[in-house]
Amino acid sequence: MATIRLSVNGKARSVDTEPERPLLEVLREDLGLTGTKYGCGEGQCGSCTVLLDGKPTVSCVTAVRAAEGRKIVTIEGLAEGGTLHPVQQAFLDEGAVQCGYCTPGMVLQTVALLENHPKPTDAQIVDGLNGHLCRCSDYQRIMAAVRRAAAATGKKG
Amino acid sequence: MSTVNQSTVNRREFLEIAGAGLLIVATAPISDAQRGSDAQRGGGAGTLETRLHVGEDGFITVLSGKVEEGQGALTELAMAAAEELRVPLDRVRMVMGDTDQTPNDGGTSGSTTTPRTAPLVRRAAATARELLLATAGRQFGQQFPVDAAARLEVRDGAVQYAGKKYGYADLARSPELAAAYKEALPANTTVTPAKDWQLLGKPQVRLDIRELVTGAHRFPSDIVRPGMLYGRVLRAPSYGAALGSVDLSEARKMPGVTAVREGDFVACAAPTTFAARKALAAISTTARWKTVEQPSSDDLFGYLKQHAKPQERPQAPGRGSVEKGLAEARTRLKASYQVPYVQHAPMEPRAAVAEWQDGRLTVWTGTSNPASVRQQLAGTFGVAPDRVRVVVPHFGGGFGGKHTGEAATEAARLAKETAHPVAVQWTRAEEFTWAYFRPAALIEIEAGLDAGNAISAWDFTNYNSGASALDTPYRIPNTRARFVASDPPLRQSSYRVLAATANNFAREAFTDELAEAAGKDPLEFRLSHLDNERIRNVLNAATQRFGWVERRKKRRPGTGIGLACGTEKNSVVAACCEVEVDRASGAPRLIEVVQAFECGAILNPANLRSQVEGCVMMGVGPALREEILFQDGKLTNARFATYRVPRFRDVPKLDVILLDRKDLESAGAGETPIIAIAPAIANAVFDATGKRVHSMPIRAPRG
Repeated sequence: MATIRLSVNGKARSVDTEPERPLLEVLREDLGLTGTKYGCGEGQCGSCTVLLDGKPTVSCVTAVRAAEGRKIVTIEGLAEGGTLHPVQQAFLDEGAVQCGYCTPGMVLQTVALLENHPKPTDAQIVDGLNGHLCRCSDYQRIMAAVRRAAAATGKKG
Repeated sequence: MSTVNQSTVNRREFLEIAGAGLLIVATAPISDAQRGSDAQRGGGAGTLETRLHVGEDGFITVLSGKVEEGQGALTELAMAAAEELRVPLDRVRMVMGDTDQTPNDGGTSGSTTTPRTAPLVRRAAATARELLLATAGRQFGQQFPVDAAARLEVRDGAVQYAGKKYGYADLARSPELAAAYKEALPANTTVTPAKDWQLLGKPQVRLDIRELVTGAHRFPSDIVRPGMLYGRVLRAPSYGAALGSVDLSEARKMPGVTAVREGDFVACAAPTTFAARKALAAISTTARWKTVEQPSSDDLFGYLKQHAKPQERPQAPGRGSVEKGLAEARTRLKASYQVPYVQHAPMEPRAAVAEWQDGRLTVWTGTSNPASVRQQLAGTFGVAPDRVRVVVPHFGGGFGGKHTGEAATEAARLAKETAHPVAVQWTRAEEFTWAYFRPAALIEIEAGLDAGNAISAWDFTNYNSGASALDTPYRIPNTRARFVASDPPLRQSSYRVLAATANNFAREAFTDELAEAAGKDPLEFRLSHLDNERIRNVLNAATQRFGWVERRKKRRPGTGIGLACGTEKNSVVAACCEVEVDRASGAPRLIEVVQAFECGAILNPANLRSQVEGCVMMGVGPALREEILFQDGKLTNARFATYRVPRFRDVPKLDVILLDRKDLESAGAGETPIIAIAPAIANAVFDATGKRVHSMPIRAPRG
């Protein structure tokens, strides 16, 4: 056991835990942040994606100690007050959700994608999101949501 | 915030709205008699009180035993209620899939929510609306000596007359409502015809989407209870293996760990998933198993035929004499088709949280069948069903794969043993291995063409996978269609549209072979055998948008186009596609799909489009890559890395056409749109390569 100090969604958090535990399980079980999902446990589906210093990271295969001292953003940290993040708003407006289990990971990956490519081509969207599975297979609608988010953030920027 | 005072309101429950979710703070179980007995037909709720609650705040709570798993039932049923109640959609709250609260509307399967449950919700809502009108009329009548009721109408949840207003909030306080709650729902209540819909028929984003995009929604695997432990279950190393011995002592030394064995059920619970995993690993190394010989996927289709159990299952009605038709045919063709086992692999693996309190069991889980899971739990633990409550939060995908309650039973066993609430979430490998599969199919077809090149005989046999969409929609004088059960080597059950996918794949691929033998274009050949106007319409819509006739004339090397159509569950579908075939591997790449779908009067076009697009893409998986491989009782590809489901890179140019038939009853739409894509691809591969495809996953045969 060790005391691990984390920065989660802008707040300092401290957990006493085995340092090799997956970050996913610490977020969900110790910090109550259940928006990050278990999907496969081997980084193949993207459901557990969080941002570590802005970089999309599969938290199911990331030891919690590897996140120490880095800024963690989970889906719960995107909306400010009652205002949705533009990417969340775009998914909502586009109706790009069926069961919604993959949605938090998709949204966070999109946030990072638009940081790197504010006006992504379709090929860049596909490359950026290809690590994320949606078994409802709502891919077409999710791509539309990403385009919509890019248009919305582009206007603001 | 809405509360109903239990002492003054004659209602079985007491509702409080807390934040976004609906919290039921006091309940008394309702009896099965009150719940209604026609669950099999998609709807219980014989009385208003089991279906609909009118709150004193004017909000309406609609109760349904159906569950939401991403298919859009919650929004559709809320729209159905709002339409008939003449209230904005945000005045309706849904309570679904809670055996203490909701009527038994049967399982959420077979595309029954739209044709069976939605009409019952509409009828109940229309009954409440008529009651509001009648009561308002009497209220106004006391003050205005006119024939008020005849000229009144409900708008925005209220009746207005000469400056006076009477709404659902007022109705909630009236003795008329309390009395009406108890009465059987009248069968002759008039529901609003599709042409007059104000809300139904217009695109509506799902009502719970905000909780989904913010991560606030609690899926079954997100439920947390005070003092909750995390459970893990020991699985056999191969199918059919029996547990000999196991030593739990090492696991039991670990802090906070409880390890249990009841027969072959061995499991542990611990304060974290990490600790539970470690404890299970310690148990697993001590387990000794007796394995048995198991078939392998290499011998699958021979095995299915060898183990056939003929003539035990329902057959499609035949026509004429197949023997005579074949004997008199000018041309005879036969082929056999193979469809392997596939897995649903929903994003959320099976999950449940169980809690015992004073001999009562509550389980939160993701299942399409809360009522039958409740029965199963009651049986397993020897308690009366009314001591068991199954709550189904909106869960992370099912596709027909979550009709059962395995995780619920496992969590309940551990919760009983530990006297703590216990969460069990299956790992991905467990979900691949121990959830049931879509049945593999071996399909044999023989057919004949007469002198005029029309199909004159059709003999179709499905081994193992099922009788859905077994019969041909084409006009053929002599037909026989059979489903022959087998002894399945894997645990198999429902999957989106059941065997219709396999049956339509074989039928539509073979129909193209017949078209070629007849020297006809595949579209022209189909239309010349089709009396079903609805199939003709979708076929025409898809081929026109795709440019079928022009594209048949000018082809690009290495590419091909194909089409297929079909019908099931009172809806019709047609798809056209273009593929490019890799010369070395024979693997097709999907370039473009145009699919037309029609399911009667469309209730929510936005959700329908998602369902149809999702079906096409989900169908692409088994068509191109998905195949469960097994050997010696073990799956050899129980991972997303090796069992390749569709990803963003697989998405073709995809165009969906929705035909709205306001003159037809609405049919379900979450299943049938999956059946056309695989045969369309198979036919396009033939067009590209000149080689016929007889199996999924589709590859152009070499040589």
